Amino acid sequence: MKPVLMAEFETTDELFAGIKVLTAAGVTRLDAFTPYPVDGLQELLGVPRSYLRWIVLAAGLLGGGAAYFLQWWINVVDYPLDIGGRPYHSALAFVPITFEMTVLSAGFAALISALALGGLPRLWQPVFEVDGFERATIDRFWLAVASGDREVDRSRDTLALQNAGALRVVWLGGGA
Amino acid sequence: MTDGDDPVIVGNPSDTALSDQLLSHTWQPLSRGWKLAFAITGAGTLMLLYMITLTVLRGIGMWGNNIPTAWAFGIINFVWWIGIGHAGTFISAILLVLEQQHIRTSINRFTEGMTLFAVVQAGMFPLLHLGRPWFAYWLFPYPSVMDMWPQVRSALPWDAAAVSTYLLVSIMFWYLGLIPDLAGVRDRAPTLRRRRVYGVFALGWSGSVQQWRHYKIAYLTLAGLATPLVVSVHSIVSLDFAESALPGWHSTIFPPFFVAGAIFSGFALVVTLIVPARRVFKLYNVITPRHLDMMGKLMLVTSSIIAYSYICELFLAWWSGNRYEMFEQLHERPFGFYAVGFWIMISCNCLITQLLWSRRIRRSAVALFIIAAFVNVGMWLERFEIIVVSLTRDFLPSSWHQYMPTYVDICILAGTLCFFGLLFLTFLRLVPFVPVAELKELKREEEHA
Repeated sequence: MKPVLMAEFETTDELFAGIKVLTAAGVTRLDAFTPYPVDGLQELLGVPRSYLRWIVLAAGLLGGGAAYFLQWWINVVDYPLDIGGRPYHSALAFVPITFEMTVLSAGFAALISALALGGLPRLWQPVFEVDGFERATIDRFWLAVASGDREVDRSRDTLALQNAGALRVVWLGGGA
Repeated sequence: MTDGDDPVIVGNPSDTALSDQLLSHTWQPLSRGWKLAFAITGAGTLMLLYMITLTVLRGIGMWGNNIPTAWAFGIINFVWWIGIGHAGTFISAILLVLEQQHIRTSINRFTEGMTLFAVVQAGMFPLLHLGRPWFAYWLFPYPSVMDMWPQVRSALPWDAAAVSTYLLVSIMFWYLGLIPDLAGVRDRAPTLRRRRVYGVFALGWSGSVQQWRHYKIAYLTLAGLATPLVVSVHSIVSLDFAESALPGWHSTIFPPFFVAGAIFSGFALVVTLIVPARRVFKLYNVITPRHLDMMGKLMLVTSSIIAYSYICELFLAWWSGNRYEMFEQLHERPFGFYAVGFWIMISCNCLITQLLWSRRIRRSAVALFIIAAFVNVGMWLERFEIIVVSLTRDFLPSSWHQYMPTYVDICILAGTLCFFGLLFLTFLRLVPFVPVAELKELKREEEHA
């Protein structure tokens, strides 16, 4: 995201207060940066629950299905080998590899989609330019409003955020 | 005082203090002890490379393996190392899924690292044991010019699939968990060079709600995926044995017996690694007696499962009425050529662990460390008993043959210990070894509870 307004908070309670003030004023394009996942923050910002698990499910089923198909095709179609008259299509013997490939594909899907949906990997993003933002991974909580939000008002919001407990309010690129 | 009252983080440090304490070891000057340990394990690793070269150049005859003992040190060490990995995934994945963060969070990164490095050691053995390791890729299905495919109804390709999946999923789980802490080092390290290097590995993490919301689900999902993996990998390893008709191997209790043994040996190695690291890096405030107590209890539980399995093995051998099974289990193991190993195994895995009933011993780092060392030895001997004693005494006395390891066998085992140590020391230096972000989250939850 490209931010227009950023505010630094010392505690999550103050961050929550800051978010409430801006939401009450009609600001919608909000994001928050925290050192660890904070309970309740996602709900407060109205961010829906991640749909990542459905991607993982699909990838797992696909990987497992492909593994089963490959084993069947190897054993029955392309390279049938008679071993003591045992059936070529022995479903029970195909279970371990099918299971392992299900887990492997689902695992790759989980990692890759967690990164891709979070906009990673990237070496730089605009928020890194803000002084003091490096503490967002250590002990500070940052609130950001993306550029293009029509409801932000420079003087009103600065005051409101400071009243909510912001240590610092930063306007980028001129602001609204 | 009950365990519930005990703090998991002592002294209520601030987020800043916690981050500085747990991240700074990646940029502070190297200590002399670390350098010394690195030199020793590095030398051992060079020896390992030399011994591997010897094995590959001159052939598998450098090992003590013979017919009938075709599986010996190679497979013992493989099973031992891969088993050790399991406790890491157990602690980091299963305890997360069961929402036991208060005992998991300070130690899970150690155990994940241990898992990875143990699987690396384990993976070497089956490859070398092939005799012609350059053909190892034959285990994987690929359209070959020979028009041949792996035999997927045999346990060996299952093993290849299970071990490689385990390694890859462990790496993914570990790395995903590391990203927020790598970003922490990027933002806290004093020099530009370090910031750049860690910045690349942190992949541009900023901790926005958009990132966390997918991250949390992905992390939990990966833990959920790794959970059945813990059970499956060693079950599949045990099927390599149980699928055969050999007395002492051909048994249906093998999968659960192997899984319990794996987790037991892994806990022992976790203790062996964490107790010194806790002392050297002064982690007393985040790895508390409560964590030690938990590991002691888990060792006691798994030790009891192991003792029960030993009794089951003996009972089933007698109950089967099969003279070969009875000879193997009731005569050869307790009274045969390798009987000393059997009794040391029983002492280490079943008797010494009884000390863990005492709360004082569970909470003493030194006592726990010593007990864990015995368990490491005992669990290695268990695999020796299963593999060597069964193979040297199969059905026909005419095919009996004793087994003795050669110096190459022993040096390779010692070499993998050193290589493991080398990887672990590197990990202690380069990576935030206590998950700081998770610890801060846990601290907030405890404060708001």
